[in-house]
Amino acid sequence: MTVFVLRRLAQTLLVLLITSVLVFGGLFMIGDPVEILVNPSADQIEKDRATKALGLDKPLHEQYVGFLRGALSGNLGNSFVYARPALEVIFERMPATLELAFLAMVIAVVLGIPLGLYAGLRPHSPLAKTIMAGSILGFSLPTFWVGLILILVFAVTLGWLPSTGRGPTTNVFGLQLSIFNWDGLRYALLPAINLALFKLSLIIRLTRAQVREQSLLDYIKFARAKGLSNTRVIGVHLLKNILIPLVTVVGLELGSVIAFAVVTETIFAWPGMGKLVIDSIFQLDRPVVVAYLLVVVFMFILINLVVDILYSVLDPRVRLSEVKG
Amino acid sequence: MSTVVVPAPLVETPWRRFRRQFAESRLALIGLALLVVIVAIALLAPWIAPQNPYDLAKLDLLDARLPPGATAADGMTYWLGTDGQGRDMFSAIIYGLRVSLYVGIASGVIALTLGAVIGVLAAYLGGRFEQIVMRIVDIQLGFPAILVALILLAVLGKGVDKIIIALVTVQWAYYARTARSAALVERHKEYIEAARALGLGAWRIVLRHLLPNSLPPLIVVGTVQVAHAIALEATLSFLGLGLPPTEPSLGLLIANGYEVLMSGKYWISVYPGVALLLTILAINLVGDQLRDVLNPRLSR
Repeated sequence: MTVFVLRRLAQTLLVLLITSVLVFGGLFMIGDPVEILVNPSADQIEKDRATKALGLDKPLHEQYVGFLRGALSGNLGNSFVYARPALEVIFERMPATLELAFLAMVIAVVLGIPLGLYAGLRPHSPLAKTIMAGSILGFSLPTFWVGLILILVFAVTLGWLPSTGRGPTTNVFGLQLSIFNWDGLRYALLPAINLALFKLSLIIRLTRAQVREQSLLDYIKFARAKGLSNTRVIGVHLLKNILIPLVTVVGLELGSVIAFAVVTETIFAWPGMGKLVIDSIFQLDRPVVVAYLLVVVFMFILINLVVDILYSVLDPRVRLSEVKG
Repeated sequence: MSTVVVPAPLVETPWRRFRRQFAESRLALIGLALLVVIVAIALLAPWIAPQNPYDLAKLDLLDARLPPGATAADGMTYWLGTDGQGRDMFSAIIYGLRVSLYVGIASGVIALTLGAVIGVLAAYLGGRFEQIVMRIVDIQLGFPAILVALILLAVLGKGVDKIIIALVTVQWAYYARTARSAALVERHKEYIEAARALGLGAWRIVLRHLLPNSLPPLIVVGTVQVAHAIALEATLSFLGLGLPPTEPSLGLLIANGYEVLMSGKYWISVYPGVALLLTILAINLVGDQLRDVLNPRLSR
């Protein structure tokens, strides 16, 4: 177990290093941020001064070494646009993205598992067929377009829910979160539903496939032969076993929800880190883009690690020492 | 390389069985019919579209943002309305469909070829090569496609070729993993042993024997991936990172309508979205049934 975690951490450092080299090198080849940042009427002398102030006059490898040196002490450079540490800007936006991702995941799980269970237990009933057809639709609907339709229907036409921005926040353990008061939740609802739709389809399909596969196995037959009630067979025996792959997928999808928030946040003008990175790409705010990617890559690796450990806890047959680190 | 795209030679009986099993699902047949119509429309775009949306001389700014059903000054009816430049939405969608399908299929075919060869080679050669390839695949699949594509496009810039590069980079790993696991099963079968006993070279065995027999699962992954690629391209174009405005794909058309959506001018965003949805839906319906038919674990 310890060896496994240590190996994964070593691998994490390697992946972070490679990502930073690729992104740093790639981003620093395109465009000139100075052109965007300075006043359009600025003369060459002023531009040169700005270039020097941002450290862009040095050769690329020197810039990278400077970046690495800063990174080791927890500083990923200053944002060109905000003139503050890039990490600070990102961490400020992070709670907004995380609460959106969690809300979306909760919606997907709470609706997805019961619907998938039903579709798996009664595969030939009309309702099950409707659920499955709906899940194919949910798979096929492009997220950003669904977002537009949600805005069109619930904000523009019906006027029920607000379509842009984040509502008032409350302080929860030092974090500014908006989903714990009704007004804030109203703002979060549309983006969260938008983000949840794809995952909901995925969870329905996965649950159904698992139920159909597991209910043919001997342990279910045995439980039924013992005369256990239907509720107990499904609620305890079946559910316990289908939860194992579900936990894995839900965990891994949490990361992908955070990444996909880039799209949803752009549509709903949600001030999270996804919107921040899109804006930063267009403003050529390189330190923020690099820092965002490193933060997200790190979060991803962390999530994968937690899922792997959780998996071995849930399923005693899996031993981490046998999983390739 | 060209041998890869040729479908596995099927004897008549399995082909018939395949057709019968595929036709068992009415939804899949509807999807297939829809897909044929969509591809035909995209191919025949210059002959079907009432207007050439790229010909700026034909556009009249006075016709900008007309609602569906409005009539142009020259008597043409805009059945789906017009966009901000007075472009007929119906024509723009047909041409946009062409771009979207082209990008999706081209990136899919390139990624399949690349991934399949690498995956099968990894299974056949084993050892160091397999370890390194599969480790790269694992790491890459750990990250969501949109993130990888976002980084690449931020660096590469805009353009059809660039978005294809980004989509291939995102997709090859899926094919490589599928091809490897399929080839690992095939590798120990007798016909491969026979080919080895005949003294055939590694490349010949991989390309002519292993690859064709590993194709069915790749076709299933391929259909799903093409749908993914089309959706991903649309998303990236919507974010302003994909295609240049000179070649508007469906995603870019939707993005153009986004700004006027709040004022109730829904048609500029909604109709290209419907076209996109139908395309992806048709591919997914076909892919779903293909998976059931070609999956040996579910064979009835």
